[in-house]
This record gives sequence, C-alpha cells and structure tokens, in this order.
Amino acid sequence: MMKRRHAASNRFFMALVFLFLYAPIFLLIVFSFNAGESSVVWKGFSLKWYGELFRDRLIMQSVYTTLLVSLLATIISTIAGTFASIGFYSMRRRVREPLMTINSIPMMNADIVTGVSLCLFFVAFFNLWGDFAGWINSIQGLITLPTRLNLGFGTLLLAHISFNIPYVILSVGPKLRQMDRNLVDAAQDLGCTWMQAFWKVILPEIKPGIVSGALIAFTMSVDDFVISYFTAGSATSTLAMQIYSMTKKRISPKINAISTLLFITVLVLLVIVNIRESHQERAALTRQTGKK
Amino acid sequence: MSKELIRLVNCSMAFDGELVLDNMNLYFNDSEFLTLLGPSGCGKTTTLRIIGGFITPTSGEVLFDGVRMNDIPPHLRQVNTVFQRYALFPHLNVFENVAFGLRIGRTEEKEVNGKKKKVKVRIPQDEIRQRVLEMLEVVSLKGFENRRITELSGGQQQRVAIARALVNRPKVLLLDEPLGALDLRLRKDMQSELKRIQQQMGITFIYVTHDQEEALAMSDTIVVMDQGKIQQIGTPEDIYNEPKNAFVADFIGESNILDGIMHEDYVVEFFNRKFKCLDKGFAPMEPVDVVIRPEDIDIVPMEKGQLRGTVTSVTFKGVHYDTIVDFKGFKWLIQTTDYHPVGETIGIILNPDDIHIMHKSQYSGMFGDYSSYSEEYEEMDDVTMLDEEEEDGPREDGHEE
Ligand SMILES: Nc1ncnc2c1ncn2[C@@H]1O[C@H](COP(=O)(O)OP(=O)(O)O)[C@@H](O)[C@H]1O
Ligand SMILES: [Mg+2]
Repeated sequence: MMKRRHAASNRFFMALVFLFLYAPIFLLIVFSFNAGESSVVWKGFSLKWYGELFRDRLIMQSVYTTLLVSLLATIISTIAGTFASIGFYSMRRRVREPLMTINSIPMMNADIVTGVSLCLFFVAFFNLWGDFAGWINSIQGLITLPTRLNLGFGTLLLAHISFNIPYVILSVGPKLRQMDRNLVDAAQDLGCTWMQAFWKVILPEIKPGIVSGALIAFTMSVDDFVISYFTAGSATSTLAMQIYSMTKKRISPKINAISTLLFITVLVLLVIVNIRESHQERAALTRQTGKK
Repeated sequence: MSKELIRLVNCSMAFDGELVLDNMNLYFNDSEFLTLLGPSGCGKTTTLRIIGGFITPTSGEVLFDGVRMNDIPPHLRQVNTVFQRYALFPHLNVFENVAFGLRIGRTEEKEVNGKKKKVKVRIPQDEIRQRVLEMLEVVSLKGFENRRITELSGGQQQRVAIARALVNRPKVLLLDEPLGALDLRLRKDMQSELKRIQQQMGITFIYVTHDQEEALAMSDTIVVMDQGKIQQIGTPEDIYNEPKNAFVADFIGESNILDGIMHEDYVVEFFNRKFKCLDKGFAPMEPVDVVIRPEDIDIVPMEKGQLRGTVTSVTFKGVHYDTIVDFKGFKWLIQTTDYHPVGETIGIILNPDDIHIMHKSQYSGMFGDYSSYSEEYEEMDDVTMLDEEEEDGPREDGHEE
C-alpha cells in the first residue's frame, strides 16, 4: 500500500515538473499559430505570423547574422579546439589535469560575467589600439590605420569562438584518450610524417568527437544571448538579441513565431548530439565485447 | 662473417632523471634472430623505441650501417615495428592495414640532373595489391582481406601486425612481446611460425620477451637484461649452460645457487666438501656462486652419495618430479624421473660438468634458494617482479650516498 502511494506521488511530482518545464513553451508554440494578435485568446489557426516574419527585414538580417557567426565560430573553434586537445593529450598528466580544469571553468562561468569581461577586454584593447594607430599614422604617411574600432561582427565572432573552444576540447579529449597511443607511432613507423599520421590515423579515430564538438559549438552559438549582447555592439544583432529588443516594444505574436523556430532548431541539434552519443557508446561497447 | 646492421654505442636513457638504460653497447647482425630478454620494466621496450626512432637516447649513439641515426625520425628509418598490443588501425580493413606503409611511399634522395633532390616514390596500385596479397599468404591470412580488424581473433590480429610491418621489406623487424596476449597453445604455434617467417624473409628480427622459454626456443642470440643493464649476451646454449651471474642463472631455467670457495683451478668447496669442476681462472680462495641445474643432479642410494639429504616435497610435473631435498637446512630443487617419497633420505652425486662457477655479483644471495618453494613461485608474474624492483630501487640509492 505504502509503496504504491509513494509511486503515485512521485509520478505526480514528475508530471508537475514537466508541466512547469514545458507548458510555457507549449503555449508559445500554440500561440505562434494564432490568427489573432492576442497571446491569451485563441482566434483560429494561421501561418500569418510566420509569413510576416519572413517579410521583416530586421529579423531576416538577424537570422543571417546568427547563422553566419555560428557557422564561422563553429568552424574556427572546432579546428582550434581539436589541435588544442592534441596538445593537451601529449602533455604529462600532472600538467594536463590542472589545465583541463582551467579549460572547463569558462563553461561553468555565468554568461554575464563572460560577456561583461569580454566587452571590457575589447574596449580596453580598442583604446590601446587607438593610441597605437594614431602614433603610427603620425610618424608616416604611407598607410593610414583606422584609429576608432567598435564592437561589431568581428568582436561577436571572437567572443563566440572563445566560448565554444572549451566545448570542443571537452568532446575531442576523451576520444584521444580512448585511442591506442601506439597508433601514431605505428603510422610513423610505416613511413608517415607527423602531419600524415594526423590525417590518416588520428583524424579518423577522433572524428566522432570532432563532429559532436562542432554540433555542440553550433548549438551554443545559436542559443547564446547574454555574451552576444555584450560583444556585438549597437549595429549588429543576433536573432536572440532581436527577439529581446522586440519584447521591449509592443509585444507582437511574431515573437512567438520566431521563438518557436529558434526552439525547434536548438531542439533538433540537441537531439542529433544525443543520438550520436548513444550510438557511439553502443559501438564502443560492441567493440570491447567483440574483442574478447 | 655476417654483416653488422645496427649498433648501439654507450646508449643511456633517462626519464625524469631516472636512469632506465645504463650504458648499453650492443650490435645486431644481418639475418639474425636476436632476443632482448628480461623482467618487465628492465628497459626492453625502451631499447626498441630507441632503435625505431620514437625516442632519442639521453647519451650515446645509434648507428645504422655505421651512420649516426640519433636524430633521424621513425618514418625515415629502414626498420618496422610490431607493437606490443598490435596497434592496428581500427578504421581500416585487413587489406588497407597491410597496404598502409606501401600507400605512403617513401621519400628518397635521388640525383636529378646532377642535383640531389627529394623524390617521393609511389608504388603502383597493382604492385601494392600483389605485395599485400603475397604477404597475407605468408602469414596464413589469405581470404581475410576485407575483414574488419575488430572481427579478428588475437592471433589473427597478431598476423596482420606482422604482415603490415613485413610488407615494407624492412632490413630489421622489431617485435615487442608480440605473443604476450595470446594463449599458450597459440603462442607455441606462433613461435615456430615467426621463426619460419624470419628464415623465409632472411631479415633481422629484434625480439623482445620476458618469457625465457620463448627466447631459448627462437633465438640465435639472447641478450639478458636487468635494471637497464645487459647481464649477458650469448647463444641460447651459452646462456643456459654458462650463466654469468646469479640473475641470469635464475632467470633462465631453474637453478640451485649456493655459496662456494674456489680453492684452485678445477676445485671448488661448498658444504665443507671439495668438488671437482671444469672452471678455472679464479683467484685462490675466491668466494664464488655455484650453480647446479636441477636436472643435472643424479640421485643415488644414501650410502653412495657425496651429499645426503631428506626429501621434503614432491610435485609431479608430467615428464619429471620436482623434488625438494633438504641438505643441512639448505633446500635444493632436483628434477628426476624417479619417485622418491617425502621423508626418504637420499644421496646425490655431482659430476664435474654438473657444476658451474660464477663470480660473485650484486645478485649473489638473492636467487637459487628453494626454501620457500611453492607452486606459486613459478607463477609469479611480472607485476610482482616489477613491484619488487621498485621497492629495491630507493634502498640501493641510499647505500650509495
Ligand atoms: N615515457 C616514459 N616516461 C617515464 N618513464 C618511462 C617511460 N617509458 C618507460 N619508462 C620507464 O622505464 C622503465 C623501463 O620501461 P620499459 O622499457 O617499457 O620496460 P620493459 O619493456 O622491459 O618492460 C620502466 O620503469 C618504465 O616505468
Ligand atoms: Mg615492454
């Protein structure tokens, strides 16, 4: 008796948690298809707001910015993170482990701290650069360096690269450690230079980790608001920033529509990452048992 | 006279200031099967890695055909390696694993119009295919070309690793405990198989093992190592019959080792009794280690023996009995085909050629006493031996300071 009541109450709390988690999103999605303007009263199904979305220049511009910055940041941070992992891997344990801890601090850091500190860093650098460029321009007349730099797409991209790299390292590192250390030796023994060994042996072995890392990085970039907000400047907006600025004015159901699209994009990416991970675990398991 | 291919001159290797190889001097001849034999952690793999080019010795020289090779990277050396746990490429099938080295092709220095140029030599597809298939036949893996590495048994993976190395036609093949992961039966089969391949290809094998039986069965030359030092170099017969010190005597086969005094040439005293032997060249009254192999001892009725002892334990071993006999508190292992029950008092006779004399060494007194003999003694694996060494290490340092 006791047990059953226990189970029932557990189930009740679980339902409550899921309700709290998903009811708002469910509401958002439902009302993105509302024919009326209200977010409370249902006036029938319509794709009107989605249509308006695609006609809104500002939103389309921010979608473009988001995709571009996410893609570039993903590519660059994946390459940098992969080579950094290989660097970590070839270090001694005593050096590697504290460095790995340092690597994971930025991931747990509050976004707002990361964002503000990056912003301060960029501004400080721009000041120094202004002085330096002014000095260069004053001593020669051949080239004129710009003295005023501003936050914009460039700083946004740098910020995204910097917060993505730890995720790539975290997902490539384990694949390297699972790899037989002698594989690289074997490749070199058979005539490969280190670079050839990298392409022919290391890369195929750690590819699953690299792809997962890239997917996570892309998701993080698309998803990010706070860090972008502090580093993109006033002229550049990502989708998340655009949504935020729209909420400050009159709330339009377009927000529901665009948020729904963003939610679904991130959801799909996360599902892909998870499916890949469980596939790899199963493959590793059959590999181990297959050997015996 | 066979030609010398590789020579290590005064090679030492230290990791973090800890000496792992201590002044090795060693040469390797053409078409020779040479085995580096020693307990785990004695520096065998390190020696192979120096030859393969994966590490550079802290001091000393590595010579190939008399040319200094210390700083030449592995991919430019004409040796190939069979790694301890095979290190096959899991993302490639059997054929591609074996073809790997051929597909890379080698850069060779060639004279083009009177100038030296580095030329990439590529092997045509047909030739690659032909050589790989030939090699798979040599290692008895014909028909396995398209198998995945993970679908192979340990023994088959082993053969792929050997084929992958040999297909490049190296002058020297380095093998690091290649049979270590196989079960006993397979290991015996592969031993003769490896020997056959070595003779068929006519190349030098540098073989690493901690299994003395394997070394005795396969090698032309055995190098016994311990604690980064060469203890003895010789043919299997030399090493077995004329061990240089107590370590070698104990590591290669079973040995009773006792303290003796060399009175003059051909006369040694132990157990307060003089024995004739075949050794000479020792200082008068020099304290020595005396080695007596368990299978050389003849058991006779008590009254006819030179020494008398009591049987304390008997173990049936198939061909013979391992009989432990107590001689005045010192226990010997005697291997005999006749059964002598526990408690029986027996006599033994030692012929001059049963007795082998060695100079005292740092190993004297450490081995060759069967007082604590038990079945586990033989089963003692590398891990425990390694542990013992590590425990011994600091204590020795303490003495020197
Ligand atoms: N890369 C390394 N760094 C530090 N110590 C090492 C390294 N490689 C080997 N050693 C040490 O050198 C010793 C000899 O190792 P090794 O040559 O692998 O022995 P073996 O192959 O005879 O078992 C061991 O004590 C081992 O711990
Ligand atoms: Mg080893």
